[in-house]
Amino acid sequence: MTTETTTRGETILDARGVTMRFGGLTAVRDVDLTVSSGEIVGLIGPNGAGKTTFFNCLTGLYIPTEGEVRYKGAVLPPKSFKVTAAGVARTFQNIRLFANMTVLENVLVGRHTRTKEGFWSAVLRGPGFHRAEKASRERAMELLAFVGLAPKADHLARNLPYGEQRKLEIARALASEPGLLLLDEPTAGMNPQETRATEELVFAIRDQGIAVLVIEHDMRFIFNLCDRVAVLVQGAKLVEGDSATVQGDERVIAAYLGEPFENAPGAEEVAEVEAAEAAQAETAEAAEATEAETEAAEAQAEPSTDAAPGKESDR
Amino acid sequence: MTTQTTASDTPSAPAAGTQTGLIGIPPLLGRALATAGGALTVISTFLAWTWTSDFPGDLTVYGYPGGLQVLVLIGGALTTLLGLASFGVKGLRWLVPAGADAALKFAALATFGTVWYTVIAISVELGGLVNLEPGGYLVAVTSLATLLGALALPFRRPEPDPIDPDDSRWEHTRHRAAHSWETVKAAFSADAPPAVRRLPAYAEILVIVVVLALALTVFTYGIGTAYDELFIGFLITAGFGFGALSKSGLIAHASQITSRHQNITVCGAFVTAALFPFTQTDDQYATLGVYILIFATVALGLNIVVGLAGLLDLGYVAFLGVGAYAASLVSGSPSSPFHVHFPFWAAVLVGAAASLVFGVLIGAPTLRLRGDYLAIVTLGFGEIFRITANNLDGTSGPDVTNGSNGVSSIPNLDILGFDLGAQHDVGGFTIGRFANYFFLMLVITAVVVLVFRRSGDSRIGRAWVAIREDETAALAMGINGFRVKLIAFAVGASLAGLAGTVQAHVTYTVTPEQYLFAGPIPPNSAFLLAAVVLGGMGTIGGPLIGASLLFLIPNKLQFLGDYQLFAFGVALILLMRFRPEGLVPNRRRQLEFHEEAEAPTVLEPTGA
Ligand SMILES: Nc1ncnc2c1ncn2[C@@H]1O[C@H](COP(=O)(O)OP(=O)(O)O)[C@@H](O)[C@H]1O
Ligand SMILES: [Mg+2]
Repeated sequence: MTTETTTRGETILDARGVTMRFGGLTAVRDVDLTVSSGEIVGLIGPNGAGKTTFFNCLTGLYIPTEGEVRYKGAVLPPKSFKVTAAGVARTFQNIRLFANMTVLENVLVGRHTRTKEGFWSAVLRGPGFHRAEKASRERAMELLAFVGLAPKADHLARNLPYGEQRKLEIARALASEPGLLLLDEPTAGMNPQETRATEELVFAIRDQGIAVLVIEHDMRFIFNLCDRVAVLVQGAKLVEGDSATVQGDERVIAAYLGEPFENAPGAEEVAEVEAAEAAQAETAEAAEATEAETEAAEAQAEPSTDAAPGKESDR
Repeated sequence: MTTQTTASDTPSAPAAGTQTGLIGIPPLLGRALATAGGALTVISTFLAWTWTSDFPGDLTVYGYPGGLQVLVLIGGALTTLLGLASFGVKGLRWLVPAGADAALKFAALATFGTVWYTVIAISVELGGLVNLEPGGYLVAVTSLATLLGALALPFRRPEPDPIDPDDSRWEHTRHRAAHSWETVKAAFSADAPPAVRRLPAYAEILVIVVVLALALTVFTYGIGTAYDELFIGFLITAGFGFGALSKSGLIAHASQITSRHQNITVCGAFVTAALFPFTQTDDQYATLGVYILIFATVALGLNIVVGLAGLLDLGYVAFLGVGAYAASLVSGSPSSPFHVHFPFWAAVLVGAAASLVFGVLIGAPTLRLRGDYLAIVTLGFGEIFRITANNLDGTSGPDVTNGSNGVSSIPNLDILGFDLGAQHDVGGFTIGRFANYFFLMLVITAVVVLVFRRSGDSRIGRAWVAIREDETAALAMGINGFRVKLIAFAVGASLAGLAGTVQAHVTYTVTPEQYLFAGPIPPNSAFLLAAVVLGGMGTIGGPLIGASLLFLIPNKLQFLGDYQLFAFGVALILLMRFRPEGLVPNRRRQLEFHEEAEAPTVLEPTGA
């Protein structure tokens, strides 16, 4: 195993042997992944590697063909609303806001699991209803202020620029008071400044004690941010470790990046580490990966460094 | 041979971006023509238009406008006022916050349409133009001049899209047609008005009172039109007149003011509605009033299911039927197998509870599915209900509903000693049977409005809208989709059942044929859905207006006869093509359907 990353806290998410098949296609193959509290974990891999599918398995949108997912020791129920209630919230790769609701209303919908006023309470409007509604609004405004959208609370979600829509999705997910936040390509389509801001935002979320599992294409973003990175190729986990380990792993470079490209983030470092690693032989984890898998990955991986994320019509 | 044709080749088409009118009269002259024409039209309504009183409404009297002349008088007066306002006359500017020109065009159309409809109707019905008096000719000419003057008013012409010379001739034609249509649309469009100034509270409330009084007047006039011609004239004047007011920006201002005082507006609207029976001298039109109210209330209940939660229910009228049957069976009808006579409150509970049970029974298995399954299942359930009610007659099945004869002779209600079947005198006004039921129904409507407003603006209502917007995302936000949809479905069902309990008493008899999927007489499922869609999904005012129109039009235009459903279908297609968000757009919906339009980006914190 790679060096014990950190001693941040106990494992909160524990996915074991998750496999997802669609007919003959195995989109996710026997993936193990853990996330500890207070940790930011990255999940990378070429387009079509199965990252989003893995997220869907975690959040109950798909029921994994094999394997189980535990959150804080309990197996997650196979219904997405129950997963959210249990404390795992997510955003979507292709933004899925409630486009014709206001920004504030979107976040209020996120509060659904943490409030319980039902139909009768709404019709009768007792003092309890007003109190709960007021508390919800206050919390929602706090979250909007946190992501920097408070001035736009009354705008329709659909009228926000792209970057702000992604922020709103994060605020909406945070409204359910999760212990673990799953972000599916949160910077897709953002300019460098926005990406920087998102980075800060993710750190701030972590500092609130929420663990984060993030899928991303932007290498600089992911290696800056994450305590640990796992690489998914063709549905299987190829490598897992800290940024340096993953960046340096030649199979990752081959499978994910194709060939190292000009101006690639940390291109020199990669070369350095590569040299060092050649001497150091293989890490324990690398030994576990079979030769066949590596070959297959090398043979088929498309050099999709300029992948256009967000184009897939996944859920 | 088609190669060199481009839009700019046609010499008559003025260049884009310039400010010219649709027809080539100088703008100033056009404006004067429209204003003076409007005034002259007003004057001509005091002349005789025809020589005989055979044409309904008696248009033969000098100095006393009758029937259609009154409508023309109103249209002409509006045109004149807008014309004067377009000259910038002081004291009239508040009339046209969004600019006078487009509004003037609509007002001129209202006048012209009504006048020419009248003139043509006189000539056709009485056999020839000879039946027109000089007044008739005069008004035809003045209204035409008004329209021509209005059409000469300048507007911003849209840029034509560049034409591809390789396109076929047919595509060129289509392209030109599209551009002409854009031009006409531009001619009749106005900018959004600036936000209305804050007035002192009493003034704003006064505005609300005036708006409500106007609404009551228009509604009462429409419901009281005694002959086909007058009703058609009413539709023309009211339709284009509404267009004029909306283009002038007055409607936008009024709705801004009403949304600042929502509670006052809603209460005021109910008071206004309660005044309706007092405007009637006999029960003839109160009958229409109560039927409209039943129809509108059920449509409003359906709007929770369709408009808020986005569940397409094609068999909604069955829940009205279940409520009506359940209430009638326990209300002492001699044809009921249960010989019980519950007090009204108990019958109401039975009706609503029966509909609730049926709603849950239908909803539970189907609401787990996504998409169109619900539409099919509810369509089927609606028919099953009707056929079952038909067959529970003692021969084909157990005797419960008395088959196609229905549960008849349902006694009139007696609430706290107040006999709703009898006529009462209140402060000099005679309140007949239907007026009594009108008041009772108004209470039910109030309940439905209350439920709609309060549930819509709450955790559960937001969950409904979220499910409608994106079910997957809603689930991922922790919303139990099935549960929330079932609540919407059950609430909708019980509200319909509630209305059904009153309907059973109003109609004396409950038969299966009252609850068809589609039929000439509302309410039926198709008309209910149409009322919601036509009026505006997700709004309160929409279904009320939609239901009024859908009830009055077939009721008043008897001559349509067998073509009624056909005409209705054509009207609905046209409406969905040109105004998919309905007559009373929910601001959300308006944004949904006109993405590129000048819709507001900020949604004020007001209810649905
Ligand atoms: N619902 C589905 N049915 C069939 N195939 C699917 C489905 N969802 C995803 N896949 C397939 O699974 C593979 C992984 O997709 P995805 O998880 O979206 O990749 P990533 O997010 O890593 O780009 C793709 O080949 C995709 O076509
Ligand atoms: Mg993906």
